[in-house]
Amino acid sequence: MSATAGDALATRFEGPAPEVAVSNDMIKRGLVISPIIIAICGVIWGANGAFSSAYAVAIVLLNFALAAVMIAGAARISVGLMMAATLFGYLIRLALIFLAVWIVKDASWISLPALGSTIIVTHLGLLFWEMKYVALSLSQPGLKTDVPQVSRDHTI
Amino acid sequence: MEALSALVAAEEAGAFDPEAKNIAAATNAGLAYGLAAIGPGIGIGYLVGKSVEAMARQPEAAGMVRTTMFLGIAFTEALALIGFVVFILVKFA
Repeated sequence: MSATAGDALATRFEGPAPEVAVSNDMIKRGLVISPIIIAICGVIWGANGAFSSAYAVAIVLLNFALAAVMIAGAARISVGLMMAATLFGYLIRLALIFLAVWIVKDASWISLPALGSTIIVTHLGLLFWEMKYVALSLSQPGLKTDVPQVSRDHTI
Repeated sequence: MEALSALVAAEEAGAFDPEAKNIAAATNAGLAYGLAAIGPGIGIGYLVGKSVEAMARQPEAAGMVRTTMFLGIAFTEALALIGFVVFILVKFA
């Protein structure tokens, strides 16, 4: 039986959130890989590049964490709110990233090419890395037993 | 093409006020960043709308849908981040 539009918007999901699990995975991998990224930027752009790269990695990881927390928190209230939280969360996070860069743009230790390239490479790299594991766990669910099960609760 | 040549000639002749150039650069960089954010905004809206539709049709698959939705959102957001990086490099570097 398919749910109506009213049902869909009033539905909420309780229990462990898969977004948080995915985000935690990416943050762990980001922390593991960050010394290598920082070292590479340090070699290319010097000490300023290394500091900027560390700052960029922190921005990317916080961005993932914030996105997951916002979506998971909103999904516990209602799916309609999750839609709103996702879209407005996107705008809020873009504004926060802009603010984070704006604050340090004139700092003596900042190297903008290092900052920019690290943001793009880390963001995309972690996503592709995580995608591999998500694709495996979705196609072979038996391989991973701790996949969070989402319970559903109708509140009409 | 003719207008572009005229602009280049005026630039070479030093006809533009530096203050006006800065204002124009800031406006254009902001406009480019705004335009770069519109596409991912539309994409994320479409993605989440379809995901909610899928969750309403098949609630038992909600976990899978939410996982792929989150990855899709992050991939779409990468486009905006690329636009942002181009913006900071053009404006501040």
